[in-house]
Amino acid sequence: MINELLGIGAIYFLTLVLALPLGHYLARVFKGEKNLLDFLRPVESSIFRLSGIDARREMSWQQHLVALLTINLVWFLLAMLVLSTQGSLPLNPDQNPSMSPDLAFNTAISFLVNCNLQHYSGESGLSYLSQIVVITFLQFVSAATGIAAAVVVFNALQTRATDKLGNFYNYFIKSLTRLLLPGSLLVALLLAFNGTPMTLQGKQELVTLQGDSVAVSRGPVAAMVAIKELGTNGGGFYGANSAHPLENPNYLTNAIENIALVIIPVAMVFALGFYLNRRKLALMIFGVMTVGFVVLLAPTVYYELQGNPAISHLGVNQALGALEGKEMRFGAAASAYWSITNTVISCGSVNSMHDSFMPLSGLTQMLGMMTNAFYGGCGVGLLNFFAYLIIAVFIAGLMVGRTPELLGKKIEAREMKIAILVTLLHPLLILAGTALTAHLYTGNPQEYAGWLANPGYHGFSEILYEFTSSAANNGSGFEGLGDNTPWWNISTGVVLLLSRFLPIIGPVAIAGLLARKKYVPESAGTLPADTATFGVMVMAVIVIIAALAFFPALALGPIAEHFSLY
Amino acid sequence: MKQHLLPAFRLTLVLLVVCCLIYPALIWAGAQLAPNSGQGETISHRSRVVGYDNVGQKFTRPEYFWSRPSAVDYNSAGSVGSNKGPSNHEYQATVQARLDTFLLQNPGVTKAQVPAELITASGSGLDPHLSPAGAAVQVARVARARQLDAAKVQALVAQHTQHSLLGPDRVNVLRLNVALDEL
Repeated sequence: MINELLGIGAIYFLTLVLALPLGHYLARVFKGEKNLLDFLRPVESSIFRLSGIDARREMSWQQHLVALLTINLVWFLLAMLVLSTQGSLPLNPDQNPSMSPDLAFNTAISFLVNCNLQHYSGESGLSYLSQIVVITFLQFVSAATGIAAAVVVFNALQTRATDKLGNFYNYFIKSLTRLLLPGSLLVALLLAFNGTPMTLQGKQELVTLQGDSVAVSRGPVAAMVAIKELGTNGGGFYGANSAHPLENPNYLTNAIENIALVIIPVAMVFALGFYLNRRKLALMIFGVMTVGFVVLLAPTVYYELQGNPAISHLGVNQALGALEGKEMRFGAAASAYWSITNTVISCGSVNSMHDSFMPLSGLTQMLGMMTNAFYGGCGVGLLNFFAYLIIAVFIAGLMVGRTPELLGKKIEAREMKIAILVTLLHPLLILAGTALTAHLYTGNPQEYAGWLANPGYHGFSEILYEFTSSAANNGSGFEGLGDNTPWWNISTGVVLLLSRFLPIIGPVAIAGLLARKKYVPESAGTLPADTATFGVMVMAVIVIIAALAFFPALALGPIAEHFSLY
Repeated sequence: MKQHLLPAFRLTLVLLVVCCLIYPALIWAGAQLAPNSGQGETISHRSRVVGYDNVGQKFTRPEYFWSRPSAVDYNSAGSVGSNKGPSNHEYQATVQARLDTFLLQNPGVTKAQVPAELITASGSGLDPHLSPAGAAVQVARVARARQLDAAKVQALVAQHTQHSLLGPDRVNVLRLNVALDEL
């Protein structure tokens, strides 16, 4: 047990050690200062030239959003087209069929919005062409979209009054060329040398040692898994995601993948500090996020290492903890660590099956997605946190009778309204979706019997988890859910769209509005935002808005299950 | 929107070339230097490929070490866990039945010696490993079926146990069984 705990400690430590210089580097990249990969500038120039884009043209926040939404629409159409015709397109050695319209809709949206909810299984549901042109492609560009949106906010928070906030395409392309592409290249090669396949050949038929005939699924896995983690996408090449021994062959690859998915969200926080030259603010944000992360992590590791009481009752040796749905090469601790990093960060890849975790571990996983800002997804985690920050400044300002200000800009009714709308949208989508589905299910349990793999409280948790995962753009699931049906494909598809683009539009709009305002130098009357006291305030806002809104639903699912089991 | 539509199309085309052609091609080229040219490491026995190093297999005969229970029955054209919740009564009955079967097929073994992994399904359904305890509890049965000295089989298990500083210790079942066949 000790070396399992040492293992997760080492993974977290390495993540921080690497994230700090990466944050510094990213700040230089997005400020346009001299940096390591400047030799790529000719490549970027030719990308812009070929696309007919002037990357020096400054945009207002509205123009940023129009550019972002337009190109996302183009990607959606491309993805729909390929997914619904993949059966008759090339690069399909396993002869997998085209997707049904509702499944193609769900899959295209899900990867477009960086969620990667998968209502299909990779081995039988996608051709290699779709894996590369739809899945891998969207994993790159959706992550870059999130980062670009966060950089617009960075730019807007500087101490000047302007509506010129840089160029969207410039931020977007640099996220790819200076970060995601080189990073993925490195990770993919490390994986390939550890046994992850990178081939266009189809399944290999072979006869096992004992004499059974099996076919082993292969594919261009390494290329996809790298950006799956680095871009906090999370959608697996294979059905079992990173639990699959070819997608994640050993403890080392597990550590590499786990670091890859946490590093950019953490580095973005540091980048904010370097970019604005407000390191204390970045430290406050990092502190709040880390406290939230550890509070969710600790009980999960504890309960998974303790094992399932129902199995303890059998009198067997459960020294290694709860092992249903887990892989022996990772063990209970690294699986628990992975599950929390993947739910606080909207990555959603899994190296063990969340459906089989202990009830309170399921609860912490869901809370990670319900708050959705403890590190959070590539770029968008910081945007969610920014909305909480605005609310905290406003409430704290009222409490002590000072004008609410953030970084020298007044927070007024308009910004506050947007922030509240964005943060309340999240519980609304989750709870309304869950309620509607539970209503449908209880109205006709026979017809919808295929939906739930488990009875009772746990079945309710499966529904709640699916909507939470969709609204958090996470993509992991309690995978026992029979979710490839029109109801699930369409309802979660709609939730995905709303919960991706509104939380990008809202914070970018707030930042844009703030950027235009006059800068008021900090004085004795200012409530400083970079102190531990204010950090406590932000945490309180997160707990009240995000966590407590979900308490009744959580009581019906994981909490009730916990007390029925222990 | 109109002024953004054409650049969006063109940029998408350019990025398709970068992300879907150049990027995978570079990795593919690099992977040619990896073991088995990036097609996954395979294991051969008597000059025949009997499986992948990393992909678990089903073993049912008493003379082989058995892998963990699998929700896909080790059909490696798919992969999935059981997704059974911890409080599911039907699931608890399944686990109890697995334990009873195991005890029946391994006479002399007590409940407390059976590690949980032998009665619970893995996440992928293709887990290639057991813990050292999961192998140790099968030594007596394998030795009896092969009419070997138990100490010799135990030594083979020890030889195939991979220790690591950070993760759990483990034994690759297929490699162990191949080594048994080669004794």
